[in-house]
Amino acid sequence: MAVENIVEIKHLTKVFNDGKNEVRALEDIGLEIKEGSFTSIIGGSGCGKSTMLRIIGGIDIEYTGEVLVNGSKVTAPSREKGFVFQDHRLLPWLTVKENIRFSLPKEQKKNDALIKEYLELVGLSDFENSLPKQLSGGMAQRVAIARALANKPKILLLDEPFGALDAITKVNLQEELLKIWQKEKITMIIVTHDIDEAVYLGENVVVMTPRPGRIKQIYKTDLGTPRLRTGSLFAKAREDIYKEFFKEAEIPFTYNI
Amino acid sequence: MNKPQKKDVFYWFLYFALPLIILIIWESFDRAGKLKPYTMPSLEKLFDTTVEYAKNGQLLTNIGVSVSLVLEGFFLALVTALIIGMLVSLFPKFDTFTDLIIQILKPIPPIAWIPLAILWFGIGQESKIFIIFIGAVFPVFLNTVDGVKTIDKKYFELAKVYEIPKSELIKNIIIPGALPSIMTGIRLGVGNAWVSVVAAEMIGATKGVGYMLSNGRSLSRPDIVILGMLLVGVFGKIMDDILRLLRKKVITWL
Repeated sequence: MAVENIVEIKHLTKVFNDGKNEVRALEDIGLEIKEGSFTSIIGGSGCGKSTMLRIIGGIDIEYTGEVLVNGSKVTAPSREKGFVFQDHRLLPWLTVKENIRFSLPKEQKKNDALIKEYLELVGLSDFENSLPKQLSGGMAQRVAIARALANKPKILLLDEPFGALDAITKVNLQEELLKIWQKEKITMIIVTHDIDEAVYLGENVVVMTPRPGRIKQIYKTDLGTPRLRTGSLFAKAREDIYKEFFKEAEIPFTYNI
Repeated sequence: MNKPQKKDVFYWFLYFALPLIILIIWESFDRAGKLKPYTMPSLEKLFDTTVEYAKNGQLLTNIGVSVSLVLEGFFLALVTALIIGMLVSLFPKFDTFTDLIIQILKPIPPIAWIPLAILWFGIGQESKIFIIFIGAVFPVFLNTVDGVKTIDKKYFELAKVYEIPKSELIKNIIIPGALPSIMTGIRLGVGNAWVSVVAAEMIGATKGVGYMLSNGRSLSRPDIVILGMLLVGVFGKIMDDILRLLRKKVITWL
């Protein structure tokens, strides 16, 4: 039987305890994510959104409650749960190509065609022999995405992947990520603090609030096909999310003519 | 940090100006008749001695002996330091097991080992190799451990995400990650090895640059002493230059 919900979270609670203070990073989270969907998780700092993603990814495995990915309990990281960090995290001493090769499973280590395929997907075929220091921030992050995808994950988890990039590079990478999602049909979850990014990318936008980290609301967004950043559907969806964070009077006027 | 200077004519003039000034002062003292041959040689005498030593082969023999001792002792130290350094870094229990003895041995200078080395190995080459080993092993060891310790934890997290086996983790993260620090350790280690060989040869030897120093002193020949010192300085610099170049070649990513 195919699992319809690739991620199922029930009563997830995570407490950070440094011996003196107890911080309830996540409290009684329940969330279901459909296979093939694109979900954004948004919230201010300290709302536990990254912690939740790290738990789904198996990087952080001390929690109470139930977290299932692809029907089985998460106990460790694995290649089927691709993870893209905020920093590109390329090994500085390996070339772009070797960075991807490093991440591959043993039986794929010599598969140059696979490496080429994914570098092509992110538009960096000409840079396979470059060192990370020779790449711009945006290019390095693209390599990180290619590295995750080359491992054929069932689900791609992105932890504020574009947070450190300039506005224009960011928009370009969002477009590319959306195209990759449509082409590869991989479930994607992105954690972000950027409302526009959350609304533009996610079919579902999970809004979280801090202290303790809770899910406040889940929005379904429909921006039409193709998605437009400039259309009224986008403005409406964005306004809904804004209202979650700010009082009505603080929302600046938006024009969409 | 300073901007790298452009290496124009002025740069090279400035670079050689101080040694030149010293030579001029030296020469003018000689011409004023202030130098006594048994305490300070004239430049001419030093030059003559250098030519004499070069011609009769003593220059080459003495340097050759010292350099080959340094290479042997250092190579032994390098291998030992890398193995123990990696074991200490990878296995916390091994670290605990060896920590106290390493902490106590570390502050003992190589010169302090000379008496024991002579008692154990005599005054032959073995005792010198041992002293050099002692001098070189700690800098390489300490920098290896430090290099592994300072590797960014985020790379280990990355390795977990991609289920990287331990052997590959060592090859692709731990060794390259620690390499810049190891290279620093190697430079310090070779420097120490060179200092150690001179010290060891001064105390008991019949060849080598250190022997030139002690022999020159007993003959009251400051020209031989100074020639020996210059050889130590010049070859020390050459070795360091080679290692700096090697570091540049090996570590391309910084």
